[in-house]
Amino acid sequence: MYDVIIVGAGVIGATIARNLSRYSLRTLIIEKNSDVGDETSCANSAIVHAGYDPHPGTLKAELNYPGHLMFSQLCKELDIELKRIGSLTISTSEEESAKLRELYDYGIQNGCEVEIIGQQRLREMEPFVTKKAVEALWAPTAGIINPFELVVALMENAMDNGVELRLEEKITGIAKETGGFMVTTDKGEYEARVVINCAGVASGEINNMVSDKKETIRPRKGEYYVLDHFPAPYVTHTLFSVPSSKGKGVLVSPTTHGNYLIGPSSEFTDSAEDKGTDAPTLKNIVEQAYRLVDEIPMQYVIREFSGLRAYHDSGDFVINSPVPGFINMLGIQSPGLASSPAIGEKAVKMVGELLPLQEKAGWNPRRRPLYRVNTLPVEKRQALIATNPDFGQMVCRCEQVTKGEVVDCIRRNCGARSIKGVKKRVRPGFGKCQGGFCEPLIMRILADELGRDENRINYSNRGSFILMEKTKGE
Amino acid sequence: MKYFDLVIIGAGAAGLAAAVEAHDNGIRSILLLEKDKYLGGILLQCIHNGFGLQEFKEELSGPEYAQRFVDQIASRGIETRVNSMVVDITRDLQVHYSSLEEGYVVVQAKAIICATGCSERTRGSIATPGTRPSGVLTAGLAQRYMNIDGYMVGRRIFILGSGDIGLIMARRLTLEGAKVLGVAEIMPTTSGLTRNIVQCLNDYGIPLYLHHTVKEIIGRDRVEKVVICPVDDNLQFIEGREMTFDVDTVLLSVGLLPNNPLLEKIGIALHPRSKGPLVDTNLQTSIPGIFACGNGLFVHDLVDKVSSEGRRAGRNAAAYIKGTMEAATEEFKVPAVGGEGHTLPEEGKFICIVCPRGCHLSVDKDFKVCGNSCPRGEAYALNEVKNPTRTITSTVAIDGCELCRLPVMTSSPIPKGMIFSVMEEIGKVRAKVPVHINDVIIPNVLGTGSDIIATRNILK
Repeated sequence: MYDVIIVGAGVIGATIARNLSRYSLRTLIIEKNSDVGDETSCANSAIVHAGYDPHPGTLKAELNYPGHLMFSQLCKELDIELKRIGSLTISTSEEESAKLRELYDYGIQNGCEVEIIGQQRLREMEPFVTKKAVEALWAPTAGIINPFELVVALMENAMDNGVELRLEEKITGIAKETGGFMVTTDKGEYEARVVINCAGVASGEINNMVSDKKETIRPRKGEYYVLDHFPAPYVTHTLFSVPSSKGKGVLVSPTTHGNYLIGPSSEFTDSAEDKGTDAPTLKNIVEQAYRLVDEIPMQYVIREFSGLRAYHDSGDFVINSPVPGFINMLGIQSPGLASSPAIGEKAVKMVGELLPLQEKAGWNPRRRPLYRVNTLPVEKRQALIATNPDFGQMVCRCEQVTKGEVVDCIRRNCGARSIKGVKKRVRPGFGKCQGGFCEPLIMRILADELGRDENRINYSNRGSFILMEKTKGE
Repeated sequence: MKYFDLVIIGAGAAGLAAAVEAHDNGIRSILLLEKDKYLGGILLQCIHNGFGLQEFKEELSGPEYAQRFVDQIASRGIETRVNSMVVDITRDLQVHYSSLEEGYVVVQAKAIICATGCSERTRGSIATPGTRPSGVLTAGLAQRYMNIDGYMVGRRIFILGSGDIGLIMARRLTLEGAKVLGVAEIMPTTSGLTRNIVQCLNDYGIPLYLHHTVKEIIGRDRVEKVVICPVDDNLQFIEGREMTFDVDTVLLSVGLLPNNPLLEKIGIALHPRSKGPLVDTNLQTSIPGIFACGNGLFVHDLVDKVSSEGRRAGRNAAAYIKGTMEAATEEFKVPAVGGEGHTLPEEGKFICIVCPRGCHLSVDKDFKVCGNSCPRGEAYALNEVKNPTRTITSTVAIDGCELCRLPVMTSSPIPKGMIFSVMEEIGKVRAKVPVHINDVIIPNVLGTGSDIIATRNILK
């Protein structure tokens, strides 16, 4: 019997798992994909929103601002890349300026640091902003984060502190029993006193397995362009359009690794597996982005991707307990990532009303830092290589990753098991060649570390194999 | 800190030739750095023949071509380092490299030659629509997986782009038993060499769809289908004329781009068309003492031209070090390199590959040749009709070393009709180290009078 079963290892599930790992609880987290953070948490804008956007009084407003502040400590403890570069919401018309003032008021009510700045200061801060800009809402505490690292780090630390993770298991049923629940997956049955539904786009289905109050979560797709990092100066803040009923609109933003994101679109889709991109949507994104900047170096485009937001008809986060002992995290779309640390705290409080929370002796809030070899000064790099020559062997030219780092990310708790798993953790494949040079090397390392043939290594989930049988003569 | 007169980055066709030439121009302190385990660069995975006609007046496979230069490096005693990737160069000519054997090393040079090659354009760079399953890969990556690592990358394949690597891979996959369902080219003419259209597609009945491109890739975990659609003169889809193919793999052969992250980082401007660094007629960048050559400068059509340009860089760098280099007067003009740009011949006709003109030939039942512009075309046509022959390249398994595939070829052309039976014979044998280029692996294969011979030295 587990004390807690968490359904879904995205940023919300992983945060809750890590928060619960502080207490003497037996916690299991079940994820249907082959890796954690493989749905919404790996395909979003990677922004820590400052909290001025949600309507005061909503759960989003309550959780965003405090949540976004908590990242400073969290990222230090777990060695996650975070840069508080600040965000600028750009107005290009009187009409938009009226909306900007409304956002400013929301910000004040939500307790945020916000300021409306005029054209001149805007242009000094952000020379690449469109000439059409008349003013902007400046939110200095907004940040950018590495969302891949975030979920992996949370999960790794949770596992370091005793949480169990089961990957590639799909929930098929949840039944209320005396004193708890029977959770059935395609691989087994597990009993738990408390079940927390963090299944994102699938959280409606999970709720409906156990609750009579049926819920619908609609996937809303966002498509993006990714630009390579390049040496010339470009946008240094997150630039937002003035939001509309469809969401925050298209943004242009650097990422923690110096790439740039342009997007997202925002369209409802019928399928929870619809991760495709299409030409008309991408074209529209670029047109929208030209409301923020006058120049987009499209020659640096290296990738397109899409992610699904879990939209609840209330438009707000829905955190409730429709059945005693069953906790729902529904509709956690933007600013879900920014709110996640606060959502995690709220979840612990809710669990505390159901189970005794006794702090564990020896709980370690830190995870062993990553090596980040390409950021080390020469002497430190040489010293590291002296301990293990694998840190001297480069396997990724674009992102400058060493074999030692790849091996390390496989051997940790919540380690990489696929090409994409390595990519999310230490970046080979994120660059201009998109894996064209490094993929065979990463595959070799995975095969050696996992004791499998190379043609048993997947790109991501089961079935996403890259190589087939050996050529003749084998 | 170590000191060298000349540091050359990249030991592919350009870097190898540059090193030899600099040495022959009197430079003795040379360091040639290679990120991979072996010298030779991408040539090592290009096991097909057709290299070296200008350089050596004979037709070689990629590994053989590389070996000719590696031998020249060895006989001159030029210092080389493999498993050594350069991570930074500085404006004052320091080279930082990281290596399995030596760790992180900083070298001070008097001149640097960047011969860092090119990379393939990817799905992301052309924004191919659809889902993101595995099984979408660039042709060069597929070539490496097949020819170096010895794995099939798919069983039913569609190829986007008529670039040479894609065409070569269409043949290679077919020879190994896969089914290539077609090649789509968005432009109205082909971009690869005519010889490759003929010998890689036409020989195997692989359809070429000109003025078509991929409209959608479908598949959840692995590619399941690809949708192809014709485009109009503005390259927009002509709706309603889509074709869907059941495939597990889509190969991309949609162009190459020079790769110069090291030069870009220190502020060298790029040429707007070639995307390589701006250089003068000495092949020197805006930073004195830093030179560029090969596919890192612009993407060449023939490796022979890369070698010759590498020599030019090596010669100029040597003169620069000795203080005898004449000042350049103007900017280097990037030559226009494009495909031979052929359209498809009508039913019953075929393309002559004797010269780049690419006449569309036909032969009637009395062996009268039409459409040729010269007697060589007539001879080619008659041979193609009466007794067509082909040189076959492939790999065999090899034991006793870390490499698992030995590239091989037929020592002389074999009858076209025997290609697949010869492939079967090649699939039956295993080689053992040490193997030298030209070692006979199968003598007189199937009585053709042609031997299957090794095309790479694998000594341990």
